[in-house]
Amino acid sequence: MKRFLIPLGVFVVLVVFLAVGLTLNPRDVPSPLKDKPAPAFKLPQLAAAGTSFSPADMKGRVWLFNVWASWCVSCRQEHPLLVAFAKEGKVPVVGLNYKDQETDAKGWLAQFGDPYVLSAVDADGRVGIDYGVYGVPETYVIDKAGMIRMKHTGPITPESLQKQILPLVAELSK
Amino acid sequence: MKLSKLLICCTLIFSGAAMAKEAAPMAADVAIEKRMVAISEELRCLVCQNESLSGSHAELAQDLRREIRKMIAEGKTDKEILDFMVDRYGDFVRYRPPMKPTTWLLWGGPFLFLAGGLAALIAFLRRRAKDNAAPALSDEERRRAATLLDQTKP
Repeated sequence: MKRFLIPLGVFVVLVVFLAVGLTLNPRDVPSPLKDKPAPAFKLPQLAAAGTSFSPADMKGRVWLFNVWASWCVSCRQEHPLLVAFAKEGKVPVVGLNYKDQETDAKGWLAQFGDPYVLSAVDADGRVGIDYGVYGVPETYVIDKAGMIRMKHTGPITPESLQKQILPLVAELSK
Repeated sequence: MKLSKLLICCTLIFSGAAMAKEAAPMAADVAIEKRMVAISEELRCLVCQNESLSGSHAELAQDLRREIRKMIAEGKTDKEILDFMVDRYGDFVRYRPPMKPTTWLLWGGPFLFLAGGLAALIAFLRRRAKDNAAPALSDEERRRAATLLDQTKP
């Protein structure tokens, strides 16, 4: 009887490890940018030709930086949530229109609603690389000093908004 | 027979390499391309996580390869290029993560298992040696054995 206990114990440990592994999200890679200054850039705005946006413009405010594209299916999934959230006006959401066509991007916003105070156009994805973007949509919470305090990869869910993003925004806004 | 098998293997291997080459846009400078491939072999494509940056067809991988080419052309060292990637995407992009407190278990894990296996093996061998040791005979048994052996002698 005793000789079976050790293999059984090993098996149970293995099952526990695998079970925990199944619940983890492989896309949830910790970002090295957390608690680092948001990389600087200067990009044209989508809506108004001739104007530009730079993260320095938001100094002194807590803001969300949301990377999106009209070709991105998961963006469509999170979009209604963003639109509803933006209407509440709790915190400004700046968009980064990532590797998109201008007409497609404008059409997309016209069709699904525009939650952004403005969208910066990152046509070649170079700024996306600086922000470590690899799975659109991605959302960054940036504090008053211009530091990245959180990165959320993938579509925002009502749960992640309520439990992670909003409490952090409230704390940073103090 | 053996030679032909070897030939088939070689053909398969090199045709694979040739196909991989085809997929990547050939840069004008072969030296840059070679270094770019060597560096990107070391990096994970974050879009399709089990592919290297050099082998991936994902658009981000293409962009990153372009960045690597640009940095090589600018005269950056391999380490600077790796640091560029790690600064943005974290240690996870490296197939060979650095030694640090959070990765000690990762690097040491196999040796822990090895030590555990060795300990189990030694325990098993010791127990078996004990079980297999000839049982000590009492004087009475010794005498009986002697008489039995004598009987079988012709």
